[in-house]
Amino acid sequence: MFQSKKIIAAGAFALFAGAGLSLSAQSDITVAMQLEPPHLDPTSAAAGAIDSVLYSNVFEGLTRFASDGSIIAGLAESWDISSDGTVYTFKLRSGVNFHDGSSMDANDVKFSLDRARAEDSTNAQKALFSGITDVAVVDNTTVKVSLDKPNGSFLFNMAWGDAVIVAPESIEGIKNNPVGTGAFTFKNWVQGDRIELSRNPNYWGAKPALENVTFKFISDPTAAFAAVMAQDVDVFTGFPAPENLPQFEADPRFQVLEGSTEGETILSTNNKMPPLDNVKVRKAIAHAIDRQAIIDGAMFGYGTPIGTHFAPHNPDYVDLTGNSNYDPELSKKLLAEAGLSGGFTTTLKLPPPSYARRGGEIIASQLRAVGIETEISNLEWAQWLEQVFRGKDYGLTIVSHTEPMDIGIYARPDYYFQYDNPEFQSLMTELNGTTDPAKRSSMLKKAQRIISDDYVNGYLFELAFTTVANAKVRGLWKNAPTQATDLTGVSWAD
Amino acid sequence: MKSNSLILGGLLSALVVIAALVSFLWVPFDITQLSIPDKLQTPNEVHWLGTDHFGRDILSMIMIGARTSLAVAILAVGIGFFIGVPLGLAAATKKNSLLDETIMRTNDLIFAFPSLVIAILITALFGAGAMNAIIAIGIFNIPVFARVSRGAALSLWQKEFILAARVSGKSDLRISAEHIFPNIANLLIVQGTIQFSLGILAEAGLSYVGLGTQPPVPSWGRMLADAQTMVSFAPHLAIIPGSAIIVTVLGLNLMGDGLRDLLDPRVRRSRE
Repeated sequence: MFQSKKIIAAGAFALFAGAGLSLSAQSDITVAMQLEPPHLDPTSAAAGAIDSVLYSNVFEGLTRFASDGSIIAGLAESWDISSDGTVYTFKLRSGVNFHDGSSMDANDVKFSLDRARAEDSTNAQKALFSGITDVAVVDNTTVKVSLDKPNGSFLFNMAWGDAVIVAPESIEGIKNNPVGTGAFTFKNWVQGDRIELSRNPNYWGAKPALENVTFKFISDPTAAFAAVMAQDVDVFTGFPAPENLPQFEADPRFQVLEGSTEGETILSTNNKMPPLDNVKVRKAIAHAIDRQAIIDGAMFGYGTPIGTHFAPHNPDYVDLTGNSNYDPELSKKLLAEAGLSGGFTTTLKLPPPSYARRGGEIIASQLRAVGIETEISNLEWAQWLEQVFRGKDYGLTIVSHTEPMDIGIYARPDYYFQYDNPEFQSLMTELNGTTDPAKRSSMLKKAQRIISDDYVNGYLFELAFTTVANAKVRGLWKNAPTQATDLTGVSWAD
Repeated sequence: MKSNSLILGGLLSALVVIAALVSFLWVPFDITQLSIPDKLQTPNEVHWLGTDHFGRDILSMIMIGARTSLAVAILAVGIGFFIGVPLGLAAATKKNSLLDETIMRTNDLIFAFPSLVIAILITALFGAGAMNAIIAIGIFNIPVFARVSRGAALSLWQKEFILAARVSGKSDLRISAEHIFPNIANLLIVQGTIQFSLGILAEAGLSYVGLGTQPPVPSWGRMLADAQTMVSFAPHLAIIPGSAIIVTVLGLNLMGDGLRDLLDPRVRRSRE
């Protein structure tokens, strides 16, 4: 008797718990990702994790990326481009308010763009704004942006997370309390654990289906696996352990989305460090690498081989993998030609992601086969940024460049791989001034060939974007045209 | 009874030592050659313990890993022994002297820190690698040996034969070396065996968090770390290096117990 009472009580409790769960499940979501943002200002840091949380959810730009990578209207509802291509007149949406209640108008746009392109700006992508000569407020909802010369990718540039519109009233506290115009308002940040957002009741656009959003940060792949399996999180974007994906695919509770990213995973090479400054040596490295082995061994088959620094799903992509096919004999010959028949030793510094750590061990073994010894050191991200990215104290490293259309970094001789080719630099300058799509396309193709022929870096594979989610979640981005977790269109199936 | 644990411990330890020694001459497969198509095989007739996620032969990795573990532990215990024992003996010569106090309070200071945490700190500061792991583990063996040798030596200093040696004009240094040390050696061997197993655990722990032996040199701890995300579908990747660690540590501990039963006069006497 006593026992049956207990069972009934337990059953009733389970019923309530179940009801509570399904009620909240309809409008709340917990999204996990690996990296936590260092702060919450997308306009002053390169960290992609900031955009992963805030892009389009909290902050919006004049234009924005759609899920397929195309550029659509954002806070600007339309625009006119002058016939010479140097003046963009943006017509802003009216009635848009920041989360603090202040209105978003032309002055805020001027403030945001002027702040980003200012001399002392800390914007991580200042090049996006470099062509702007003047930002003028025409009236409350009209802004005129003048460029020094036509720029075919200006609307694309304005869609970046680094170009979102911020308000002068709230800029002071933006790093801890981001105030934007998006469909979700920032609620709370428990550092080291989670960021909470809630629905913006005054959003100008379509109301999102979700009420409360929690972003959780789980850096350890094992913990990530456990959190998804236990359904502690509803979605894990950029799931860090590709080896676990088949298990999720086999489990009806989950869906696995495999999409493309803009992440060119490359064996970055210090082009100024002997003997890597010799193109023959770099070519030898390129031919010593077996891409498929890296994709299979490090990524368990997820990834697309690339032969240049360009996303394969882009229509302008040229398949140059044949330029650096796996040919260890040719590598040895090239090393001998470079006077290094006895091989040489260099450093291989690896950041934490498994593509780098595992890929590094595979590459080290492949390079050893042609006589190149590598001293592997595993670094944390902070050390990697310090030593490799800023200090340029490395021979080789593996990293995924996740910014969209970032081939322009090869025109920056002070960038960490220190590639200095005037021909490429002038091609990029020319490209930036060209608006004709056909001409741009042929220039982009030429640019891909130059860096492939110069073997600037070892081009490995395009990172796959894998999301594991509860099978009932709808509307997630499959691909990652930019770093973003756009939740405005996400909902729960009944 | 006493011989059982000594024999079992000795056998298990010998197995590991032999595996490590054989690995210098021969391993079934070259582990520097990755073979991705052969990855994640379960134990079979070609690869007796299967292959890992890079297609490397796990038996070969375990054998070379045994070498890594033993080398790190031997050197680390060696540091502790060759610094700690002289310090302990020196401290015992003059009980409660300034020298004694300085040595023993410094020991207490090092002892007060959780050893693995400080080892992590040292390797994080001076860079990850086998050498720094050895130094870090070695530092924490110093106070252990210093204490054991001081404690044992102090009681010996009261004995008549030491008094006789003293009367005959031998210096403290000679007495420590010629009379004290041989009489505490059995204790130190027992302690050394136990420290050795702790050293192997510490090396595995440091490698597990990525601060010990760096790739491509195999290490049991790193094999465990690499296996972590694959346990659910390739459990042998974790079970095998885990078992290797257990066998080694269990073997050394049993051997240490057995040796103590055999060598420690107090235990021996109480048994008789």
